[in-house]
Amino acid sequence: MNTISPFALLPNTTSILWAEIPAWPVAQLVQATAVELGRGARLCAWFAVPEETKACIVALLAYDADNTLAVGRSESLMGAFPALTTIRPQAHMFEREVWEQFGLVPVGHPWLKPVRRMNENAPANGEFFRVTGPEVHEVAVGPIHAGVIEPGHFRFQCAGEEVLHLEIALGYQHRGVEEALIGGPYRGTMSQMETVSGDATIAHATAYATLMETLAGSEAPLHAQWLRAVALELERLANHTGDIGALAGDVAFLPTAAACGKIRGDFLNLTALICGNRFGRGLVRPGGCPHDLETLRAEQLLKRLKDALTDTAQAVGWFWEAASVRSRFENVGTVFPAQAAEIGLVGLAARACGLVRDVRYDHPAGWHRFAQVPVAVWPSGDIFARARVRSLEIQRSGQYLCEQLLAPADGERFSELTPPAPDTLAVSLVEGWRGEVCHVALTDAAGRFRRYKIVDPSFHNWTGVALALRGTAISDFPICNKSFNLSYCGFDL
Amino acid sequence: MIIIANLILRLAFWLLLAPLLPGVINKVKAWVAGRRGPPVLQLYYDLAKLWRKGVVMSELASPGFIIGPAVAWVALLSSALLMPLGPAGSVLSFRGDVLLLIYLLALARFSIAWAAMETGSAFEGMGTAREVSYAVLGETAIITAVLALIVHSGSVSLITMLSPAAGAGVALLAAGLFIVLLAENCRVPFDDPNTHLELTMVHEVMILDHSGPPLAVILHGASIKLLLFTLLLVQVVLPVGEMSPFIATGVLAAGVLVVTVGVGLVESLLARLAFRRVPLLLTAAFLLCLFALLVVWKGRGQ
Repeated sequence: MNTISPFALLPNTTSILWAEIPAWPVAQLVQATAVELGRGARLCAWFAVPEETKACIVALLAYDADNTLAVGRSESLMGAFPALTTIRPQAHMFEREVWEQFGLVPVGHPWLKPVRRMNENAPANGEFFRVTGPEVHEVAVGPIHAGVIEPGHFRFQCAGEEVLHLEIALGYQHRGVEEALIGGPYRGTMSQMETVSGDATIAHATAYATLMETLAGSEAPLHAQWLRAVALELERLANHTGDIGALAGDVAFLPTAAACGKIRGDFLNLTALICGNRFGRGLVRPGGCPHDLETLRAEQLLKRLKDALTDTAQAVGWFWEAASVRSRFENVGTVFPAQAAEIGLVGLAARACGLVRDVRYDHPAGWHRFAQVPVAVWPSGDIFARARVRSLEIQRSGQYLCEQLLAPADGERFSELTPPAPDTLAVSLVEGWRGEVCHVALTDAAGRFRRYKIVDPSFHNWTGVALALRGTAISDFPICNKSFNLSYCGFDL
Repeated sequence: MIIIANLILRLAFWLLLAPLLPGVINKVKAWVAGRRGPPVLQLYYDLAKLWRKGVVMSELASPGFIIGPAVAWVALLSSALLMPLGPAGSVLSFRGDVLLLIYLLALARFSIAWAAMETGSAFEGMGTAREVSYAVLGETAIITAVLALIVHSGSVSLITMLSPAAGAGVALLAAGLFIVLLAENCRVPFDDPNTHLELTMVHEVMILDHSGPPLAVILHGASIKLLLFTLLLVQVVLPVGEMSPFIATGVLAAGVLVVTVGVGLVESLLARLAFRRVPLLLTAAFLLCLFALLVVWKGRGQ
């Protein structure tokens, strides 16, 4: 199948010269992308690159079954182009973004609205979809929520308790991350990358560092790759445990809620044991990892990890044994597998719909080329499935860490990087705990960033939250939302 | 003179002791979760704090926003004064006082719902709709329980209804009333008093826009209601009215403590019900009370 793909193929964490990317008239790009998406490819990124007064569109696809990525682009264009969304709905948010950033109008897009553009102090949300009828009422929630969480606006169309439609408006945390990277890398770039989405620090930092190494034509020493893989799984353990605790808290099931909140802290402290920061800031740098994990500390880490894993198994066990908990999660907030594939869900949310979709397995890079984690999948697509995949991944990541910590890769921690290659496009995908973190960099003639595109898994998956709510009781929104636990700032950039 | 002293003592009892119960429940929950938890007297501190604060009022709200909580509080306190306390009886007892008690509770609920609707917020409207629809089922169960007591004692006055205890159907009645107690006082599995998620709230969302003294009055009223239901449950089960005052005090205190700890344990070990299942549990409470009524009625002739 790949041999006849018109796109330029490239594996994960590789680069390609800008001139070697096939360029077509935009209508042909849209057509070719639609055909490839129909043949099992998946849209990783769809973004525009400015070219003087015009812009061109770049499409990055993933052929998961063939373990390869593919890239293609349009010739420069202005004004309008035929929308891909009308054929492949998974492009809908990307096309809204392209329209917002560069004014390229996707003709035929059914719901063309700003994604995160600001209108003075608030996002320019535009009109919300409305359902009318005598029994229908509208509930607006946010952007300020009860509790310390990120801002986002949710507009429900309800008939009594039942939600007919949910529209999600984000953008309240837009910081201009991509804009700030143009002309980079700068001194502050690494720190900015670590805060794209603070709970996925390792994933975003690894994606960026790997990208810089790819652009320099080298890779990090094996020891650093090993340490990054360890830190990535620790991040996954901490967040999955925290989420299971939060799900328990939202249905007022105290035992698991209380225990998991504490154990999440134990996992975070393990990351702090490596680098001194609970969220792993400073752990990953382009060229390697500044921190070592010598035998003594690795042993200590392993011992504390095993204790925390035992505690987690017990706390999660209470959760699954309680019929009152299971009845809250089964057949609630369902995203059907066909829908999941159509809207291009990634990561945990996709695996909870039975889709085998995991970058560590499909597009292995770094240490995952040598040691892989089994993919955890559950078929039902409901809240139960998303909680179940989390608990399976806790087991498997825990097992993986126990193996890896006993067999560390020795050698250098750091290698000096040469300056980035000019006029090159490099791609790096990392399976963060939410799902696929995608970074794409395009350099100019001087080797500076001409365009840097970040796609957080939340960008794909917020549509999944909206779909999960259809036909669900509005009182179940908090557990639906928590079962995805998507990033607001990772989306808003 | 004695009546006035009696009244003052009773008022002091209800006003001062009621806020203790939520503190005990929270302590039990904290203990089960292995936490230290808030002090038992936390609600007293909260009430004192709220009393000193100002009131934020919606521009849309009429004075009903303030009057509602006040009426509800007075109604709850009046119904509390109708409740006999073991051998001490009640301040005011007459034929049919039990009906007044039920109507006072309904009046309290109506006033809170009225105050909630005054804000014109979608949240409050949603919470009120939920509260009132559950109340329909909850009240059916209470009225059936009262009928069982009336048939058993042959009286429509609380003081004779509660003594002697409910006889053969007592276990059924106790189970039914315990479920009603949880529902009426917005405890798990019907509602989660600790949640911060507006969309899942029932009672909490109705009072979301209240602040300062009106909120204090609502919270205090809720604690009176909890104590009222707890005392009702204890006196239905145990023949407290026939005991000597000294023993009766101990038994009442112990009974209230047991029920409160029970509420705390339920809250610690059960997840909340999905809304669509709440009517099933309330119907179960109604059926328990109905069977208690049947047992009492059929057993009457023998």
